[in-house]
Amino acid sequence: MSAAEPLLQIEQVRKAFPKPDGGELLVLDAVDLELRQGQILGLLGRSGSGKSTLLRLIAGLSSPNAGTLRYLGKPISSPAPGVAMVFQSFALFPWLSVFENVALGLEAQRLPKAEIRQRTLAAIDLIGLDGFESAYPRELSGGMRQRVGFARALVVHPDILLMDEPFSALDVLTAETLRTDFLDLWSEGRMPIKGVILVTHNIEEAVLMCDRILVFGSNPGRVLSEIGVTLPQPRNRLDPAFRALVERIYVEMTARARPGAAGLRPEGLQGLGIGTILPRVSSNLLSGLMEALASEPFDGKADLPEIASRLQMEIDDLFPVAETLQMMRLAEVEGGDIRLLEPGMAFASASVDERKRIFASHLLSYVALAAHIRRILDERASHVAPMSRFSDELQDYMTAQAAEQTLRAVISWGRYAEIFAYDDDSATFSLENPS
Amino acid sequence: MSERVSPFGFARDFITGWDALATMIVLALLVFFAEASSGLMQPLAELQAMPLSLDPSHLPEYAARTTLRMFAAMALSLAFTFTYATWAAKSEPAGKLLIPLLDILQSVPILGFISITVVFFMSLAPGRVLGAELAAVFAIFTSQAWNMAFSFYQSLRTVPSELREAADSFRLSPWMRFWRLEVPFAAPALVWNMMMSMSGGWFFVVASEAISVGHTSVKLPGVGSYIALAIEQRNLVAIGWAIATMLIVILLYDQLFFRPLVAWVDRFRVEQEPGSRAPQSFILTMLVRSRLIRSFTQLLRTLAQWTNRLAPRVSSTRISHPSRTHRLANTIWLSVIVAVLIVVGWQGARGLVAHTSWSDGLEVIELGTITMLRVFVLIAIASLIWVPVGVWVGLRPKATRIVQPIAQFLAAFPANLLFPVVVFGIVRGNLNPDLWLSPLMILGTQWYILFNVIAGASALPGELRYAAQNLQVRGWLWWRRVGLPGIFPFYVTGAITASGGSWNASIVAELASWGDSKVRAHGLGAYIASATAEGDFHRTVLGVATMSLFVVTINRLFWRPLYYYAERSFRLA
Repeated sequence: MSAAEPLLQIEQVRKAFPKPDGGELLVLDAVDLELRQGQILGLLGRSGSGKSTLLRLIAGLSSPNAGTLRYLGKPISSPAPGVAMVFQSFALFPWLSVFENVALGLEAQRLPKAEIRQRTLAAIDLIGLDGFESAYPRELSGGMRQRVGFARALVVHPDILLMDEPFSALDVLTAETLRTDFLDLWSEGRMPIKGVILVTHNIEEAVLMCDRILVFGSNPGRVLSEIGVTLPQPRNRLDPAFRALVERIYVEMTARARPGAAGLRPEGLQGLGIGTILPRVSSNLLSGLMEALASEPFDGKADLPEIASRLQMEIDDLFPVAETLQMMRLAEVEGGDIRLLEPGMAFASASVDERKRIFASHLLSYVALAAHIRRILDERASHVAPMSRFSDELQDYMTAQAAEQTLRAVISWGRYAEIFAYDDDSATFSLENPS
Repeated sequence: MSERVSPFGFARDFITGWDALATMIVLALLVFFAEASSGLMQPLAELQAMPLSLDPSHLPEYAARTTLRMFAAMALSLAFTFTYATWAAKSEPAGKLLIPLLDILQSVPILGFISITVVFFMSLAPGRVLGAELAAVFAIFTSQAWNMAFSFYQSLRTVPSELREAADSFRLSPWMRFWRLEVPFAAPALVWNMMMSMSGGWFFVVASEAISVGHTSVKLPGVGSYIALAIEQRNLVAIGWAIATMLIVILLYDQLFFRPLVAWVDRFRVEQEPGSRAPQSFILTMLVRSRLIRSFTQLLRTLAQWTNRLAPRVSSTRISHPSRTHRLANTIWLSVIVAVLIVVGWQGARGLVAHTSWSDGLEVIELGTITMLRVFVLIAIASLIWVPVGVWVGLRPKATRIVQPIAQFLAAFPANLLFPVVVFGIVRGNLNPDLWLSPLMILGTQWYILFNVIAGASALPGELRYAAQNLQVRGWLWWRRVGLPGIFPFYVTGAITASGGSWNASIVAELASWGDSKVRAHGLGAYIASATAEGDFHRTVLGVATMSLFVVTINRLFWRPLYYYAERSFRLA
């Protein structure tokens, strides 16, 4: 095979899952991708952007509705022998020892016993698990478990290593050690692999490890942009060039996030329509972010990566909060910055009752569903309405699951704002205070 | 969410549709109780003068009486659970004695003892139906209580320490702590065990309603007696009617009682797995939505608060240290129990030694070995069939949704209702009873293997299955490394239940009759059954004691180590 031939080529891939009501849920749309030899390719995006689904397509664990996936020029139709995967949850078999877990893939290839033993021990040795051969996964720490996950994937000598958020279930320190060890082995060429695809939602991790980054958008998942990383390895997180790149990707993701992400459908200036899918963000998080923004050193305006790291939040957690504030006209997000608006500033310094009043007025003005529920309750003589009345209505616009999430979000905000009450036992909205 | 849609529109009026439905069901229940309990104080002679009839039009009444017996026994079992298990959990010395005792009681095949307990209960209410009723209820109770008590004891021992400390710091009285913390915490597991007990109870209902002691035979009106009569008269059609009745009864109490209960106790689960679907029940929705029922539960709630106020408060110091008088009372109680056990055991042993010989002892051990072989072979055969089926079903969510309720229903169905049909075939075809009676022992219990394996296979995490696929693990290697180890703990749980049930079933399965023709297999079950029929008290006791010994030994030496091994090595973290 020539060095110029790409390991993996993906063209116009589309993946949708059937919905119970007969429609379909589009997860990936028109995805193009190419993995070249000797590269680490990052797939960066928020949850729900279909990254993991794409990884499963590449591994041959499921098949696309349209488009082609080619591994070394051949279409992928079943689990491909040259593609190995590392899982977020490690996916080790708890009843197999470290040795047996690593040897499993070789056993499946029906290799001679001696070869299985020799290659398994070599992989265990390479990944730094010497002495743990007979241990069971339950005896190992998270970091050691993921090392077993790596050894198990590497032992079959795959061309492509797929990594599905491999470090996100680990604590910060362990994750960093594992990343560095992996990059060392990779740059020294000691791993029998030709290319890596890394799925992550952590921007710094992507910039630290990858040669190229594809930024994914959600609903449906699609490639928003491609960013090449030319910084030399080993990279330094504090290097100004590194910071600049992280900042640029933040801007990229927030700029794109504004109209489409998290399913927030803009419907003109009068606020968002009833058919908008709302993210489940607690009122605690909303007021927490507003307080942080209003206080020193931000004074109402902050850089998203900066405030994310100060609040120790991942972008996955921060974006929905920022977007909810933006939706309620309490803050504005633009170009990687978040700025608190006048009512937001007032909220941050107000008393509990005053806060509730501000929140209630913004909730009723800018979240159509909240206003709608309140109006129905006001109109009815009993001031009571079943949840099913609204969930049926919402399901004209969205899936049952999204409707549930949206109603739960609005219930939580409505309860905080005290614009209506909700009783979960009988699944009814009302205007009464709970007895 | 969307399935909560009310078919009656919503509460704008004083009486909602839910209220109307609730009222109807409550009235129906009242009529049912009145009907079913009317015959209790009747003299026995009157009962014997009014013989049972095989006319299917009587079946609703019989079914009602049988069901009432079941629920009476269930209430008794709950009372036993709340006292016995609580005592065992709260007092360490008591627990040391009570828990092994419970383990042995659990292994005693009570079917063999029915004739003995009948004499006792008849003497409590001489000449009245009540005595026989009590005996029947007691027999059912003995089949229900043990596993419920075990489950409750386990829950009490595993109340999370944070919750316990919270209760301590708010200085809840023991009464409040029991109802506010311990019972709710134990409720999900307890309800599950109540369902299992109910299924087990049906098995005994059939055997306990038609009792013959020496010369007198009592047939309490009920489905069990109906079947006994149908067997006497060789009436296959009547047996068909009885089976249909049982199907309906089981469906009804499942829908009206257990479904709502399961859906309701779901809120007491301490750890909720995200994404798992909460159980739903139409009846529970009705109870919650109906204002009449709501005001009734409000009344109950007020009463409960009142009892909380009445209960003595705990002193602020030494919360976890029981007082000396408390400890003294405990010791006295335990000594009384130990003394009674010793006297009973001594008397029993003396009687046995006086009336039986060494050859009797050897005979029962030989027969016990035969029954043991039968049980193990049957479990092995059932496993070979149901493990692959269960794994196949469990890995397919659609198939699981269809098959799982059916398997649970079959496990709840009293398989001994089907025995006459099989015995009829054996008599007709002149088949070898040693071979052909055997499957009856596992007829009802094999389903425990199936539904546990299904549960195990569907609990296998998706990422593990992906990992196996990604490594191209297929065929026998897949079964050896992934499938079988994955379901193993679940399988062992199912096999233990199936094995225990099969031992008990052997008493009815190894000796069966159809009219006057008797079919008999060699085994300890047949030995006990014939000794009971002949009224031979000492051989009954010898047989029952031997069977208990077998069951306890097998549990201790085989199932229990296997269970802990499975828990240790194969449980998914």
